[in-house]
Amino acid sequence: MSEDMKVIVFQIKDKEYAIPVDKVSGIEKILHITRVPKAVKFVKGVINLRGVITPIIDLRVRFGFEEVEYDESTRIIIVILDDMEVGLIVDSANDVLDIPVESIEPQPEVVGHLASEYISGVAKIEKRLLVLINMEKALSLEMTENMLREG
Amino acid sequence: MDMNQYLEVFIEESKEHLQTCSEQLLVLEKNPEDLSIVNEIFRSAHTLKGMSATMGYEDLTNLTHKMENVLDAIRNSQIALSSELFDVIFLAVDDLEAMVMSIAEGGDGKRNVEEVVHQLEMIEKGESPVSSTIAEIAAASAVLEKEEMTAGEYDEFEWTVLQQSKDQGFNSFEISIGLREDCLLKAARVFMVFEVLEKSGEVIKSHPPVELLEEEQFDQQFTVTMVTTESSDEIKEKIMKVSEVDQVVVNALDLEGLRHAANSIENQVAEIPEQEKNKAVLPTDNDDKKKQAPVKPASSKTIRVNIERLDILMNLFEELVIDRGRLDQISSDLDNQELHETVERMSRITSDLQTIVLNMRMVPVETVFNRFPKMVRQLARDLNKKVNLEINGAETELDRTVIDEIGDPLVHLLRNAMDHGIETPEERLAKGKNEEGKILLKAYHSGNHVFIEIEDDGAGINKDRVLNKALSNGILTKETAATLTDKQIYELIFASGFSTAETISDVSGRGVGLDVVKNTIESLGGSVTIDSKENEGSIFLIQLPLTLSIISVMLVAIQNEKYAIPLSSIIETAIIKKADILNAHNQQVIDFRGKILPLLFLKDIFEVPISQEEEESLSVVIVRKGDKLAGLVVDSFIGQLEIVLKSLGNYLNSAFAISGATILGDGQVALIIDCNTLIH
Repeated sequence: MSEDMKVIVFQIKDKEYAIPVDKVSGIEKILHITRVPKAVKFVKGVINLRGVITPIIDLRVRFGFEEVEYDESTRIIIVILDDMEVGLIVDSANDVLDIPVESIEPQPEVVGHLASEYISGVAKIEKRLLVLINMEKALSLEMTENMLREG
Repeated sequence: MDMNQYLEVFIEESKEHLQTCSEQLLVLEKNPEDLSIVNEIFRSAHTLKGMSATMGYEDLTNLTHKMENVLDAIRNSQIALSSELFDVIFLAVDDLEAMVMSIAEGGDGKRNVEEVVHQLEMIEKGESPVSSTIAEIAAASAVLEKEEMTAGEYDEFEWTVLQQSKDQGFNSFEISIGLREDCLLKAARVFMVFEVLEKSGEVIKSHPPVELLEEEQFDQQFTVTMVTTESSDEIKEKIMKVSEVDQVVVNALDLEGLRHAANSIENQVAEIPEQEKNKAVLPTDNDDKKKQAPVKPASSKTIRVNIERLDILMNLFEELVIDRGRLDQISSDLDNQELHETVERMSRITSDLQTIVLNMRMVPVETVFNRFPKMVRQLARDLNKKVNLEINGAETELDRTVIDEIGDPLVHLLRNAMDHGIETPEERLAKGKNEEGKILLKAYHSGNHVFIEIEDDGAGINKDRVLNKALSNGILTKETAATLTDKQIYELIFASGFSTAETISDVSGRGVGLDVVKNTIESLGGSVTIDSKENEGSIFLIQLPLTLSIISVMLVAIQNEKYAIPLSSIIETAIIKKADILNAHNQQVIDFRGKILPLLFLKDIFEVPISQEEEESLSVVIVRKGDKLAGLVVDSFIGQLEIVLKSLGNYLNSAFAISGATILGDGQVALIIDCNTLIH
């Protein structure tokens, strides 16, 4: 039996990532972000998302890549995490895909790379390689503290 | 059936009905001869029973049923009211409340209520509800069983109808209908059967009663009695057409046999001639309707709205207000008369809307106050004191968020007044007071605040005892003690770990004292003060903001960023010259009216990115925490405004020196500075 998983596909630094569509409540263009003093580095600040103050995380910083200027294709993916909404800044997001569950493989061991902690697997769809992100781990407060300690 | 969607409504309504029960019981206790009050309690209990049966909470249903039986006996004057009886009924209401609370907290609403059920059964039998023996329990249940059996009989009214129908040539049938065991929607089938029957004749009675049938409170079988001109076979055939009906047994009623049975049960009734009986029945029927009629308008025209939905509405509304601001800007740029007028009209409408949206969150303090009379009654009995609680201004409205928080502190203060304030009746008489103590609970609006007063005519606060206790606890020194005013001394009882009770009682004095009350109220942005006169009583005065969601702030700019500082912590603002800054121990300070204040440079503390040159003079906001002052250095003051307070959410809950956020007119977020964490 083949089951499909619907995912939102987004790009960061020429790589494609995916998160399950049921964890996403919307995709926004870049809005005015209010900086929160002394917050963790990857927390860019908060935005006004239709009246709700929503924290914004720059996934580039989160994944340890260099920061870039936001442009026309930059998107904020609003994800739901334990009843909270959190915005993720990504380079672009424009695809919704159905991926067969059996095409998902565990992440190959990459020694000493922090990112592997919050990758739940990879999926190969034709010639595209999608990295599936485990949102809970990527955004969990414990992980946030780890990141804080590691600078 | 999935009942979850109804659960919330069930819980809310149950609470309401229980509240009515408690309130009316208290009224009844004061006016024991007014049996119309019993009717009201009975109705609430009855509705509660029906609701909990529908929801499948058996324990709740059973206990309510027992209570209902007792109430029924009271309203039929079969049982005399006594204070023991009230105790038992109050106990039952307490248990019911506990069950509903347990359901509300996700439990199953089960609870051991044997004792109270037994006591209710004792009362029902006309015995005094003291202690229990097994034999009595058995006897009580035997009585109940008998009741069940006779439920199939007919009362005089039904009997008359049957008799008269027969005289007019109708057939009377007793029809037993059995549903298939796998029947899913029993209530629906019952409804269909009744519909069929009502087309053929008149249904006189059903067993179980219709309400229970509608609530699916029966197994597979039920019995109805009807009068009709049709034959038993016709009826049977028609009912069998309803799907999922398994079997139908139609029996012609033997009225003679019934009469005999009725006679043996109630001799007197049968002796009354037919017509008179009719008369006797009908007027009482009308009476009942008259009594019930005035009750209905009492249920005010309201609907229940989840507070979350109101929050969403408010958020959407703010979006609208922000867009209105933008439109305003555009219209003044375009300078088009028609556009001007439209935008102006829209502004007016939105500000009216804003008032309405905010008002929707207002709830009368009554919702908190109404649980106090019962609590005070119980406590007075426990403490062997006589207390009369008077409530004033219960209609005063407060924001829902404040209402939710204020209950516990008030309970604490009331308990305190009863335990430490009001003296025992003997002491009061010895002091020449009325033996019944008085507590006045009063709420009223004043300006942008709501005040709640708790006044008692008890012993008041003994200054020396407070002082001695404070000295022995090390809360203050002998030197400072001498300089304190009376009010300052009274306020010592709010100090943490302070209790004036010589002995620790059940009621108060467990160490969690008034400091908790003070903290809760202050966390709501309110304050509490005491005044007292020895032997005359004390007054606790609580001041609360009308709402927590709107606060007044001063908006300031720090480089390109905007921050809001709550007005409640601001003393004043000042412009100072750089040359006036002094240095003390690596700390920059200023001399502010003879007082040395530390300066806090917000742009350094908040690591604000620098984009502008510094000017020669500094804008300073003087803020306070308790009696400590500090100057916050900002770049410029933008102005004072009312803002809607929003939380930063759980993800950023530990943000440094930020207590929340708000959305400004341009749609951007501004953070609210928490002055308390900035001043050490």
